[in-house]
Amino acid sequence: MSAQDKPRFATLWLDGCSGCHMSFLDMDEWLLDLAGQVEVVYSPLVDAKEFPDNVDITLIEGAVASREDIEKLLKIRARTKTLIAFGDCAVTANVPSMRNPFGLEAVMKQVYLDSNAIQPQVPTVTVPELLDRVVPVHRIVKVDVYIPGCPPSAATIKSVVSELLAGKKPDVMALTRFGA
Amino acid sequence: MSPVPITAEPVKTFKIDGQDVSARETESILQAARAHNIDIPTLCHLEGLSSTGACRLCMVEIKGSNKLLPACVTRVQEGIEVVTNSERLVKYRRMIMELIFSERNHVCAVCVVNGHCELQSTAQKLGMDHVRYPYLNPQLDVDASHERFAIDHNRCILCTRCVRVCDEIETAHTWDVMGRGIGSKVITDFNQPWGESETCTRCGKCVNVCPTGALFEKGKSVAEMAKQRQFLPYLVSRREAMIE
Ligand code: SF4
Ligand code: SF4
Ligand code: SF4
Ligand code: FES
Repeated sequence: MSAQDKPRFATLWLDGCSGCHMSFLDMDEWLLDLAGQVEVVYSPLVDAKEFPDNVDITLIEGAVASREDIEKLLKIRARTKTLIAFGDCAVTANVPSMRNPFGLEAVMKQVYLDSNAIQPQVPTVTVPELLDRVVPVHRIVKVDVYIPGCPPSAATIKSVVSELLAGKKPDVMALTRFGA
Repeated sequence: MSPVPITAEPVKTFKIDGQDVSARETESILQAARAHNIDIPTLCHLEGLSSTGACRLCMVEIKGSNKLLPACVTRVQEGIEVVTNSERLVKYRRMIMELIFSERNHVCAVCVVNGHCELQSTAQKLGMDHVRYPYLNPQLDVDASHERFAIDHNRCILCTRCVRVCDEIETAHTWDVMGRGIGSKVITDFNQPWGESETCTRCGKCVNVCPTGALFEKGKSVAEMAKQRQFLPYLVSRREAMIE
């Protein structure tokens, strides 16, 4: 099969800890199989600057916590056929959302001003503007497949991705749960 | 389930999901279903405690009626045809689960009962792979004033199992529910810190019947808290033996 007719595959990482991507790497030798079956067009694991057009499958790790996250998601959704919320942060907002009950201002104050820093100040330049509330991916764009788990196991990811590549609809909740 | 006493109590015959079943007339549809190995999901119900119909997860349909009835508090009746798994019921159960998750703060990955939680396993069983409603993310307290136990209101689903076990089995009645609707919360004594409660005997029954990570033993870390429920059927059967 030439690179042209292989499914185009991408992964992205928003407000997450990279744990879901680490679990992805845990698929070990199956990664070689996958590399043979798809063309990885964008990912923190490969060197591509701009998210390309006509992507077949995109895995999104992490919750939506900043304006920049929203912009990325809108662009990716427009360019992706099957968008997957990958892991609890993407599906529920999980640990990043633990700041929500307190409000952004109180959290920023606690972290940057009340923490005995040498020069207490809230960073405002060159960093993305944070949202008042961290939300799951599906509150911003339509999601096609949800994979709960913190992180989902390598076996779960493998099973879901191979079913999708085979054109089937995976029964994800038979494989994983929240907090798995 | 309690052993069937030899009495002249009338028996009712009816159908659940097309299957012919019979039960004593004082039994609930849920009891009858379980006795015939028909699964109806529940959260607030716990065998050995009274039923309150708090969670509505056990709703069933009865043919000829448009109403949905909670199986745990609905008595069996002669000739009814109960449906436990219609498309409508599956849809509503999923909605109930999603509303419970959206109402407070559930972060399974860092929860004391991760892997041992009835709410979590029920969500998985019902195929809930995400929550369609916006999370409310309320700011709620943790009361860790008790020397052995703590309550994290972020994880409470207001099932009232703690209230019932403390009242009906331990007979201390330390727990109760305060407030209305979404503002409700379980309280100890007159909404005093649990550690200052004069009625609590420190028996731990509430902790062990709690289906979620709301009630837990101090010193347990993420995923370490598994609940022990063996005491409940034992105490209930001892009590029934004493009454007879
Ligand atoms: S109580 Fe259960 S559902 Fe809620 S966070 Fe803990 S493990 Fe998850
Ligand atoms: S520890 Fe026992 S007495 Fe105290 S609140 Fe719980 S059930 Fe009631
Ligand atoms: S503390 Fe536990 S047992 Fe009590 S109402 Fe809340 S969830 Fe139910
Ligand atoms: S189990 Fe019947 S209403 Fe909760």
